[in-house]
Amino acid sequence: MQTDPDIVIIGGGNAALCAAITAAEAGARVRILEAAPKAYRGGNSRHTRNFRCMHTGPLGPLVDSYGEDEYFADLIKVTDGKTDAHLARMVIRESEACLPWMEAHGVRFQPSLSGTLSLARTNAFFRGGGKSLVNAYYRTAEALGVEVLYEAPVAHLELDGDRIVRVDYDHGGARHHVSPASVIVASGGFQADTDWLARAWGPAAKNFLIRGTPFNRGVVLADLLDQGVEQVGDPTQCHAVAIDGRAPKYDGGIVTRLDCVPFSIVVNKDADRFYDEGEDVWPKRYAIWGRLVAAQPDQVGYVIIDAKSLNLFMPSVFPPIKGDTIEDLARKMDLPPDRLRNTVDTFNAACGDTSGFHPTELDGVATSGLVPAKTNWARPITEPPFYGYSLRTGVTFTYLGLKVDSRAQCAIGNRPIGNLWAAGETMAGSILGQGYLAGFGMTIGTVFGRIAGREAAAHAN
Amino acid sequence: MQTDLLTEARRQAEICNACRYCEGYCSVFPALHRERAFSDGDLTQLANLCHNCRGCYYACQYTAPHEFDLNLPKALAELRQDSWKDHAWPRGFAHLFDRSGGAIAIGLVLGFALLFAAAQLLQPASGDGFYAYMSHTLMVAIFAPAFVLPLLALAVSLRRYWRTVDGPRVALADIGAAMRSAGQMKNLAGGHGDGCNFEDEDRFTHARRHAHQAVLFGFLLCFASTSSGTVLHYLFALEAPYAWYSLPKLLGVPGGVLLCIGSAWLAWLKTKADPNLGAADAWGGEMAFVLLLFAVGFTGLALYALTGTGAVGWMLPLHLGAVLTLFLLTPYSKMAHGFYRMTALTKEAATQARG
Repeated sequence: MQTDPDIVIIGGGNAALCAAITAAEAGARVRILEAAPKAYRGGNSRHTRNFRCMHTGPLGPLVDSYGEDEYFADLIKVTDGKTDAHLARMVIRESEACLPWMEAHGVRFQPSLSGTLSLARTNAFFRGGGKSLVNAYYRTAEALGVEVLYEAPVAHLELDGDRIVRVDYDHGGARHHVSPASVIVASGGFQADTDWLARAWGPAAKNFLIRGTPFNRGVVLADLLDQGVEQVGDPTQCHAVAIDGRAPKYDGGIVTRLDCVPFSIVVNKDADRFYDEGEDVWPKRYAIWGRLVAAQPDQVGYVIIDAKSLNLFMPSVFPPIKGDTIEDLARKMDLPPDRLRNTVDTFNAACGDTSGFHPTELDGVATSGLVPAKTNWARPITEPPFYGYSLRTGVTFTYLGLKVDSRAQCAIGNRPIGNLWAAGETMAGSILGQGYLAGFGMTIGTVFGRIAGREAAAHAN
Repeated sequence: MQTDLLTEARRQAEICNACRYCEGYCSVFPALHRERAFSDGDLTQLANLCHNCRGCYYACQYTAPHEFDLNLPKALAELRQDSWKDHAWPRGFAHLFDRSGGAIAIGLVLGFALLFAAAQLLQPASGDGFYAYMSHTLMVAIFAPAFVLPLLALAVSLRRYWRTVDGPRVALADIGAAMRSAGQMKNLAGGHGDGCNFEDEDRFTHARRHAHQAVLFGFLLCFASTSSGTVLHYLFALEAPYAWYSLPKLLGVPGGVLLCIGSAWLAWLKTKADPNLGAADAWGGEMAFVLLLFAVGFTGLALYALTGTGAVGWMLPLHLGAVLTLFLLTPYSKMAHGFYRMTALTKEAATQARG
């Protein structure tokens, strides 16, 4: 082990690594405390694929331009105005300089992935995805002399007045204490702690799946909030989407998504429909389905499609359950066969002229006289074989976090904590009050990681 | 082909198809993403397109200990190895793939013994250079069939491969595209041009790409050297030994040097790389093959260096024995990969061009 570091960074994902690299380049001795083992390092960044980037002209893989106002308007749309405009605009403006910085530190980009052409202007895709970004940053950080400890979960930060005076962490079977000049928290939210989720959301949360890392248990976040550090974000809310119900409890990531809802009917375990499956295109609706499924008995939904819709959406990791008749499918999915037959028949009878069907735009092919209605892509489910997927609520991240200022500094009461900064998911609630904009989490992590690294190094020197 | 290998490759391909993060690394992923369901032929083609650059493994968030346990380079390497066995002709020789390390060793000994015995028993009455030890006629009698027959066997195999993968009509441009791709080793460049992952986990370098290019071009130069010698012999009645400024030497010496450097480099890299990201059972055979290439290059250079000394008497059969082993085992050893790879690249180019 080296001599005591100037800066301790808690967490090992994108924000932590951007902070570590920035601080090390400013001459600080940095130690990263990553709770996960090496194979799982990188937190939720492992599962990401792009970051949203402002640009005034073509930049790297990004085409055309994407200005500050348009970017900000996109953000306001998804957060319904629940955002700190000053911080949000700062992140947006800084994002443009991030892309070349990322390339200079080993990240490689690629053209928009197949099936995501709509993002070619706004989101820069990492070649190989988030884990390759994480790998590149670890190599860069280690070349700069950053010390990385894996399986080193932090248990406690000792706050004395307006300073963190000690960091307690476990490593190699022993408790360690360090007193660095600066501390950066970049250890994500608390969504992997399902007890905490259940306290915040209710017992239904026990049935939620966690889309990302099992290591974001919010230990450091809880520890700081308990000591009175300023918080931000609705403590009862999380970002949740509907994913394949057969996904693993943790870490299922991108491959568990299901894009077939708009072409289906979705029923609960009593085989009853409960919401308009065709309300809008899927990218605009997948997040509300997380909540809709969470509100159903046992927090589970069932998507039913027929043969003509099978190839209209991206394949998912698990093959669909297949039945030659609706009753057959119902039995295989543990649904009441007669009721499912009845629901499908009622739906089919409410479908009208389907000649205007168009899978990629709002086609207005709707049901009539049905409650709840299906307002687009309403084609009768008649063509065997029939296919089904189960749906469960998959939690992406939690909104509760540490409140920071534009220098990434944490506060207690109305006083800044002299040597504590936060970056990434753990402070993203300062900007994202609700909703989510694809690729914005990595932008916040990169921008605030770099700020936190710079400020922490300036303080330590 | 082995069902368990196909099943495992299919399971992994379906996960990859739902993720697509690796689309920018190599030719495998765009080809994979074109399909929704994977036939045995599709998987065989993907396996032979894969250059084992390992970029996708180190970038993958689903590798062990994750329960999805993805290791696509390994799954495709094992399937690839199996597909060569399955397409080998005559079928009776397919098992040589499993023992190519041993086969190479035995081939070397037998090849040396055969040629040494032939040289002793059929010592020519006259002749210059190495023809003093072995007549040109004898060499031709041994090497013409040893060269032509394996190529015929390979041609049968590749035809069967083309049927397996449901290859479309081919245009000259497709073959050109495949040759450009192989010549540049584009699939070991990582898409971003930083190279591949091999000898140092997730670090991207050009080491393997450049080592492979040295072997490839070294081998081709050596082959061109021999061919030019044949042309000189038959068309111009110019017989070996050739002067240093002659075409066979100008091609052969740099070719031999490249082959030696490249194969030694590849062997060294192979000792650094994780064997679990390839077909672990084939490791020994692959290593033996790389060393055989080194032996061919080295003995060839040595033979030149020893010109005029008595050592030619045993160095000549040694070199020719190595070459003979290489030729004869071409359809049943790692050497086959080049032919299957070219075929797979051609198929991919044709599919891209004609859908």
